[in-house]
Amino acid sequence: MATVALIGNPNTGKSSLFNALCGGQARVGNYPGVTVEHKTGRMRLGSTSHKSIELVDLPGTYSLSARSADEAVSVEVLSGEMPGLARPDAVIVILDATNLERNLYLLSQVLELGLPTLVALNMWDRLESEGIAIDPKSLSHSLGVPVVCTSASKRMGVADLQSALGELLESAESSQSAREQHQPASLASTSFPEPFRRCVDELALWFDSQGCRLPRFQIERLLIDDSQAHSYRVIPKVLTSEVTERISQAREQLASEGVAIPLFETRARYAWIKQRVAGVIERKPRERRASLSDQIDRWLTHRWFGLLFFVVLMFLIFQSITWFASWPMDGIEFATQWIGQRIESMMAPGPLRSLLVDGIIAGVGSVLVFLPQIAILFFFIAILEDSGYMSRAAFMMDKFMSILGMSGKSFLPLMSSFACAIPGIMATRTIENRRDRMVTILIAPLMSCSARWPVYVLMVSAFVPNRSVMGGWIGAQGAVLFAMMALGALVSIPVAWLLQRFVFPGEPSTFIMELSSYKWPSLRVVLMRVWERVLAFLARAGSLILVTSVLIWAAAYFPGDHGPLDIATAKLEAEQAIPDADPEKQQALETQINQLKSEMISQSYLGTAGDWIEPIVRPLGWDGKIGVAVLASFPAREVIVATLGTIYSLGAGQDENSQGLAAQLRSATWPDGRPVYTLATACSIMVFFALCAQCVSTLVTIRRETNSWRWPIFSFVYMTALAYAGAWIVFNLMSFW
Amino acid sequence: MDNTTLNDLLEGQAGTIIDVQGNDSLSARLMEMGLIPGERVEMVGQAPMGDPVEYSVVGYRLSLRRVEARRVWIQRV
Repeated sequence: MATVALIGNPNTGKSSLFNALCGGQARVGNYPGVTVEHKTGRMRLGSTSHKSIELVDLPGTYSLSARSADEAVSVEVLSGEMPGLARPDAVIVILDATNLERNLYLLSQVLELGLPTLVALNMWDRLESEGIAIDPKSLSHSLGVPVVCTSASKRMGVADLQSALGELLESAESSQSAREQHQPASLASTSFPEPFRRCVDELALWFDSQGCRLPRFQIERLLIDDSQAHSYRVIPKVLTSEVTERISQAREQLASEGVAIPLFETRARYAWIKQRVAGVIERKPRERRASLSDQIDRWLTHRWFGLLFFVVLMFLIFQSITWFASWPMDGIEFATQWIGQRIESMMAPGPLRSLLVDGIIAGVGSVLVFLPQIAILFFFIAILEDSGYMSRAAFMMDKFMSILGMSGKSFLPLMSSFACAIPGIMATRTIENRRDRMVTILIAPLMSCSARWPVYVLMVSAFVPNRSVMGGWIGAQGAVLFAMMALGALVSIPVAWLLQRFVFPGEPSTFIMELSSYKWPSLRVVLMRVWERVLAFLARAGSLILVTSVLIWAAAYFPGDHGPLDIATAKLEAEQAIPDADPEKQQALETQINQLKSEMISQSYLGTAGDWIEPIVRPLGWDGKIGVAVLASFPAREVIVATLGTIYSLGAGQDENSQGLAAQLRSATWPDGRPVYTLATACSIMVFFALCAQCVSTLVTIRRETNSWRWPIFSFVYMTALAYAGAWIVFNLMSFW
Repeated sequence: MDNTTLNDLLEGQAGTIIDVQGNDSLSARLMEMGLIPGERVEMVGQAPMGDPVEYSVVGYRLSLRRVEARRVWIQRV
């Protein structure tokens, strides 16, 4: 099976073309050791051909200089160094015909990789209205590669592209030995300054002598890109120091010979582009009339209206996530309960039933409940991105974010983190400045995500008096909820400052970003993106969350003789099966079961851990039970509600709104009879949860996105320290009050 | 001859690029994005808080902070 790569600038319609070619048969692959995903899909060459092709969709990029992780992945895939992926047999470069010169920059680099190349000249339908005329035949001749005109969003030219690809692959196959045949008419690198090319020759000889054969393009990248760049990844570790030495020598020599690194490359490539398009492209001089996109833009980035629109839009999006998600969330909750009850009715009480019901179904179910929210959030994000508004939001927020030392590109990831930090952290991939991206990833979990709500709601409804303050305008409960929501965002400001000052110094942030024209979002592209996210989320729930649920269940179940509890449970279930049972007898059995459950929990490993942990959490106003519940909620914050329910002998699965649990919390006492929970304790718990990193999925996502365990550990340590300090301060302040 | 930088353009004003200053990867990035000598650039608008600024160059819209725009020397047209 042949492999073909698809590459192009961002906003060229690459996703549409990919979907048109593969017919929606895409899957997102995560390659080990790489922080960036790329998609692969299957396609057939026309209806008659039986030949199937694997199409690899590379991240949208302006250049192959390996400055960002996205660019490095593209270079590695195209040169066949990506583990688990063969070197592509051909590459399709998609160019935006309305913006040909800038798009040709990437093509000029791709051509130097020596792969059979095919150009898709996209947005062909928009040329006329832009007053541009391009002669595709002359362009093909001038570039030395086949050119096909396409309008991917309207599915025009897709069949032509497929047949051109078939021809290209066939001719590549028949002339496998004679690779030169695929050399295009001219390469930009042949016009690089003579001293530079000599340096590359010398380095190539040296690499050969070290038994490390590198393509010429990569040696050029090593010389041109600075040492932070990802091009160093391809060098074997043992050679790194010597290579760095040789490169800096070569650069000094080149500087003395008047070769300006890195600018000579850009100049040479644009000179090459000018030659290639001479006589090929014609722009009709036209009066500059404001296009519809411009008119929309004037309003949406307007001084006052733009900001107002932005705030209202964000509010509506987050409101509608809550509205739309509540129905499917109730459905999922109902389904998990129903499945749990079915299992209970089919199995006798025992460890296996407990593992299935209390461990797996309750654990995975409590996380699956958030699937609708995540799907809806990604639906809106995909619409914002595809319509072109996302880049405007970043544009408008850049000044504000730059006061905090970051750029507008960090704003939306942080905004998404108010729903869930996981999509927020994944959305940081578009930030090319490493420092900005790292700071954004590290503060994103401080934003008040939806998993904190159950904790807040339980504590507020149990301990904050339901009365009005400030002359009746604000409800006390609502005010406390809002304060908890805002706390993390406020704390993130000094944290971001400290991170930039001490952890990631240097590398000032920039804001060089394309503002794509407004267009109607393509439903297909939007749904595709939502689907990819949903699949990724389900995969995680099925692996990591499943495992941690089972582990926590085991820690709370063992050791201990569950015999009496199982007998009592079986008795109760038998009693319930009788139509006119004695309610008092049932009541007595339930009390006995709750008693036993609470005994089992305090005997379990988790309960022992609680005794150990009590001295540590005492300064926060917590008892050992709260300590255990917090420990057990390490996999996910909302687990604390279920764990508190279990511990307070009501059995797991207590809903946070149930009066039962709130009443139990209010009546819990220390051994000397004082109540455990006061308003101060409740606030201390809430502040702890506002600031802590109790979410394994977030930590695993940080691991995946930063490609190192160092940063999730760092996040966990700093956030737990913050949470402990915050809870301590709040508890002590409020106790004195 | 009226040589200034991109940062000095007001809304609706345009200029032709003379040079991109600096010898680092930021300058290379600016040039990769199409800010090359000889190209015409128009200032389209600015963000609500005055920074960054939107420019029209080689047929698309580019956003630059004022600090970055100051590196690009132009001749007004």
